[in-house]
Amino acid sequence: MCWPTAWTGSVASSPDTVLSEANAVPDGASLYRELVMTRARRPERAGALDDADGEGSGTNPLCGDTVQVWLRRGPDGLVQDARHRTRGCAICAAAADLVADAVVGKDAGAFALLERRFGTMLQDGPEALSMGDRGAIGFLLALGDLHEYPSRRKCALLPFSAVRQALVHRPGEPDGGAG
Amino acid sequence: MSDAAVLRRGNPIGDITALRADFPILEERVHGKPLVFLDSAASAQKPVQVIDAMAGAMRAQYANVHRGLHWMSERTTEAYEGVRDKVRVLINAPSREEVVFTRNSTEAINLVAHSFGSLLKPGQAVLISEMEHHANIVPWQMLRDRAGIELRVAPVTEAGELDLEAFAALLADGRVGLVAITHMSNVLGTVTPAARIVALAHEAGARVLLDGSQAVVHRPVDVQALGADFYVFTGHKLYGPTGIGVLWARRELLDAMPPFMGGGDMIGTVSFERSTWAELPHKFEAGTPAIIEAIGLGAAIDYVQSIGLDRMQAHEAELTEHALRRLDGIDGLRVVGRAAERGGVISFTMENAHAHDVATLLDRGGIAVRAGNHCAEPLMRRLGLSSTARASFGVYNTVEEVDVLADSLDRVRGFFA
Ligand SMILES: Cc1ncc(COP(=O)(O)O)c(C=O)c1O
Repeated sequence: MCWPTAWTGSVASSPDTVLSEANAVPDGASLYRELVMTRARRPERAGALDDADGEGSGTNPLCGDTVQVWLRRGPDGLVQDARHRTRGCAICAAAADLVADAVVGKDAGAFALLERRFGTMLQDGPEALSMGDRGAIGFLLALGDLHEYPSRRKCALLPFSAVRQALVHRPGEPDGGAG
Repeated sequence: MSDAAVLRRGNPIGDITALRADFPILEERVHGKPLVFLDSAASAQKPVQVIDAMAGAMRAQYANVHRGLHWMSERTTEAYEGVRDKVRVLINAPSREEVVFTRNSTEAINLVAHSFGSLLKPGQAVLISEMEHHANIVPWQMLRDRAGIELRVAPVTEAGELDLEAFAALLADGRVGLVAITHMSNVLGTVTPAARIVALAHEAGARVLLDGSQAVVHRPVDVQALGADFYVFTGHKLYGPTGIGVLWARRELLDAMPPFMGGGDMIGTVSFERSTWAELPHKFEAGTPAIIEAIGLGAAIDYVQSIGLDRMQAHEAELTEHALRRLDGIDGLRVVGRAAERGGVISFTMENAHAHDVATLLDRGGIAVRAGNHCAEPLMRRLGLSSTARASFGVYNTVEEVDVLADSLDRVRGFFA
């Protein structure tokens, strides 16, 4: 795990160093591991697809975070490319980028299976997954610590619902923007 | 000497360590860290005096109120009704019969929207502001859709203050029947010029409801000096329990208003043809009330009175001033709302960091702040924000805790930079 020095370094000359030290947050990083922060800061699948044949979006009414997703499928019905535009917290942004990665090569059925495994991981922790399921979840395993942050799980689930929608809605269709 | 040390020496509420000992929860650790609780505006922690009063009632002195002729019921009725007197004194209401117990502020506002609202005529208007909590927006929208009244919204300025000129202009046609406005914003900390609002509204023939959910916690409130017609607050923010709130209204208004809910306790006589209503305030308290919670609220009022709301106000003003100074010193951190008159509620945003991420990282350090839209979505939209983080102070917070917050925010900033 990689923490910037700002987190691990000693507290500056505050008059209340003792209490400050006690409340320092070195383990706060477990959720914000490097892969999550990298994908949140520099998403690899940001943007729209001009030739999308699927479009979906979602909004979290509690925080106003929004995810828009565009998909293009090949003749075999499997997703060939996926892009997203996300305005949200680091967890939501990283999840959107990782989920856009993960949907490539899948159809709706395979994505539903991935979503079910991801749900199990959030509910019961990464340990609850079999080796095979861990492999299938891939980089999304980086969000496994969400298990310990129940109030933040919805941040990672928002991109899933947007992709699920994109798998059944064509661009410009009515209902395409419901969230 | 550091600022913090200077502030510590002259603490307006005296021995803060002793005061903190009244709140057992402050001993708890969160994620292995001492709890730094900076979310009192959402709900305040409870002193042992409140906890004991409620448990004591359940252990030794409890029965239903207003009905039994037996000893336990009479004593419990005395305790319950005694709280009405405490509320009367707390807000300097003219009489105890004007104090109605509700479940919370939300129910109190819904009561007014339903009962006073039924007296408004189509074509009349209700005037609210841009900085209302959803509790002071949605009931009026529902009334609008039910009764064909108009809902007007007074804007706030960039600093987060009520735009009084625009407010007065919205009153000018004389069609506003009720102004419903917050006495203190739960997002910006702004304390509104309530007496001035009331004067302008009365001049235009409108009644005024003040949402005191935040204000009553942070400063002495005198409904007669303010000239208000309705004042509402909620017990759980005043160091009391959940499930108990207060509506105060002028007697002539309560007399003219039809009941809100029907049932036991609120009637004079009942036959299948018709019923008559009980005397004030019972006309508005249908069913068995929140007896234990009312007793808890009474203990909470005793508690804040024993400290003194003026001293609490001074203490929180010091914390707020110190916090603003510290937060202003953090690069990329922006305090939202710069009202000249404000209480101990501070919303802020951080460059490159989402409020939820900030709150999660602070939480890992044992620091509880709120993040989100704070039940004030229209205000967020007005400010062009989707969410903020919010630190709010209670009587038990210390300058040291403010420093912990600021130091931690500085680290969080480094993390997201
Ligand atoms: C200004 C304001 N009004 C109303 C409310 C609603 O209080 P309650 O949920 O107890 O009814 C709150 C609390 O969040 C508030 O801050």
